[in-house]
Amino acid sequence: MTDPLFILFYIFIFPGFFFLFGYALFLSYLDRKIAARMQQRVGPPFFQPLADLIKMLGKEVINPDGVDWRVFDAIPVVALAAVMTAFLYVPVIGASPLAFQGDLVVVLYLMALPTIALFLLGWLSRNIFSAIGGVRAVTQLFIYEVPFFLALLTPAIMAGSWSISAIVLWQQHNLWLVFLQPIGFIVALVGLQAKLERTPFDIPEAETEIVAGPWTELTGRRLALMHLTTEISLVVGSALIAALFLGGPLLPWTLSPPWLNPAAGFCLFLLKTLAVLLVLSSITVATGRLRIDQLNVIGWKYLASAALVQVGIVLVINYLWVTP
Amino acid sequence: MPEVVVPIGPHHPALKEPVNFRVIADGEKIVRLELDLSYNHRGIEKAAEQRNFIRVLPLLERVCGICSHSHATVFAKGIEEIMGIAIPPRAQYIRTIIAELERMHSHLLWLGIAAHEIGFNTLFMWTWRDREAVQDTLEEMSGNRVHYGMNEIGGVRCDLTPAQVGAALLRLPNLEERIKKYMDILNSEDTLLIRFRGVGRMSKEEALKYGAVGPTARASGVDYDVRRDDPYLAYAEIPWNVITDTRGDVYGRTRVRIGELRESLQIVRYCLENIPGGPIRIDAPKNAPKGEILSRYEAPRGEVAHYIRTNGTDKVERVDIRSPTLANWTSVAMCLVNQNLADIPVIVAAIDPCLSCTCRMVVVNQKDSTNGTDRTNVGIAPDPGDRRNRGRP
Repeated sequence: MTDPLFILFYIFIFPGFFFLFGYALFLSYLDRKIAARMQQRVGPPFFQPLADLIKMLGKEVINPDGVDWRVFDAIPVVALAAVMTAFLYVPVIGASPLAFQGDLVVVLYLMALPTIALFLLGWLSRNIFSAIGGVRAVTQLFIYEVPFFLALLTPAIMAGSWSISAIVLWQQHNLWLVFLQPIGFIVALVGLQAKLERTPFDIPEAETEIVAGPWTELTGRRLALMHLTTEISLVVGSALIAALFLGGPLLPWTLSPPWLNPAAGFCLFLLKTLAVLLVLSSITVATGRLRIDQLNVIGWKYLASAALVQVGIVLVINYLWVTP
Repeated sequence: MPEVVVPIGPHHPALKEPVNFRVIADGEKIVRLELDLSYNHRGIEKAAEQRNFIRVLPLLERVCGICSHSHATVFAKGIEEIMGIAIPPRAQYIRTIIAELERMHSHLLWLGIAAHEIGFNTLFMWTWRDREAVQDTLEEMSGNRVHYGMNEIGGVRCDLTPAQVGAALLRLPNLEERIKKYMDILNSEDTLLIRFRGVGRMSKEEALKYGAVGPTARASGVDYDVRRDDPYLAYAEIPWNVITDTRGDVYGRTRVRIGELRESLQIVRYCLENIPGGPIRIDAPKNAPKGEILSRYEAPRGEVAHYIRTNGTDKVERVDIRSPTLANWTSVAMCLVNQNLADIPVIVAAIDPCLSCTCRMVVVNQKDSTNGTDRTNVGIAPDPGDRRNRGRP
């Protein structure tokens, strides 16, 4: 497992960057198609996300007046790099070979970076819509991040490990955590929806209010990279929830030819991420956009309390059964 | 945050038409609002003076793309009253059917827009799909989806065949079910409720003070509808109700509009089932006697009034159009103060603004005292039908 060639293959080809890139575009296609069918529309053709990406990459890059273009160029790259790195610690075909104690915290940190990037982009754009959008993005970050972190830390408390792969292993021997922590699962899904800025949490980029929020001044490859970042965040987020709550890519038993295990694990990974995506798409289709003050109330009053209750329940369960 | 000026419009994704709000906001709260209307001068009123009554109807129909039938009907109604002619009952019914179908497609369109303004795109897609049934009916009856061209002075242009009536009646049950469904969605969908309830509230006194009309006023409890209070066409013979609401917020306005959808559907059904026989138009005289009239009509957005003055020729001497949106603007400016920045689109959309109807005036520049009295200065093409322009390419 520690063969450097294998590590390189894992990082760059499968299930690393190359696969991640393709799967992100595929999930983006599915997301758009599912939403379209629910709204009685036809939806995009299969290669539309890739076509969009290539088209945007080829478009002219326009620098707003008085904006430091180097920073403007760098921010989308940093955001993209952050979410792509985060994916390496999420189990796809089995436990991640790069796993270590505390990778859960690293992943959560890396996944928060795109929002900070959006805030910076909005703030640097010197455009009133971008500035408002950026402030909204960071306000929203403070609202959903606390319940989201709490909800994702409860599996770690129960499994007694800060490694995602270790939590998946724990679930292989015990029970899927969604059955033990249904409240945490729901809070995590809602938090992920907010993190990805999808309806009803698309407040920072509310089209009818502030044009495109922090995205307003983005053009060409910057826009393409930020879109790709969002699409990859969707993969990382759904894979993270699948790993922490739905048992990840591990079967409860081992199959007879050993090569079948990663294959089955990969199929499980696909199934579970698609299931999470279906839920997220349904939420998007079934709701309108909240206001930032309403989200504040909902986030702190209900989501944060629910996450805290879940932490309390987990501590009690741990005290009674898990710890000897 | 300190006070910032957020320019909304004249080019903005939430507004499909040119209007400019300079919103002075403190963080997310609106402190003050400056309204700038009239980006477009279309010269329709002046152009109407150059055309005879046959040619002016298609022009007035193009005042608005949604309530096209309203502007043509209110004008035809006024001229017929000046001429002292009564159109046949079958023509009255056909005009009523088109008018109510138009109200249905307008309200369905509005419901979609209001949902889109709060990011609820599913409702937007659904209502616009159902609106297609209404549009198809209109197309079957008149041949057109938008500008139906049904009116003539003295009646309507084309008759309804029994097959058209049957096809229209067949579409109604499904539409009725969908309207019921939209009422359910409005009352049960949480994000709609928290974005609509208590937003942009206007009391009955304020509605009267600022002269609001149509569903905007009726949602604040003003029990006024031209169709009932000054009956025209066939409305006096048809059983129907004026829908009002006491809430006065965006939620109330949505309830009123969905209620009106239901009533319009019943009116259309009654008219289709009870349409009298007989001719569809009478020969109207070419010239109208000297006179003046204020013709009123309940368009989907509220009361539209045409002031018409004739001078014994086949042209109007003056026609002045007061569209419902103009009457409702002041109430919007009032409603928006102290609201949230995020609520601007939905509060503005709640009056169903139609700026192409509204912006038809020229701002006189007092410094060099230019004004828009010369037609060519404001970009109006000469009327090819005008005798003076005959022979020009």
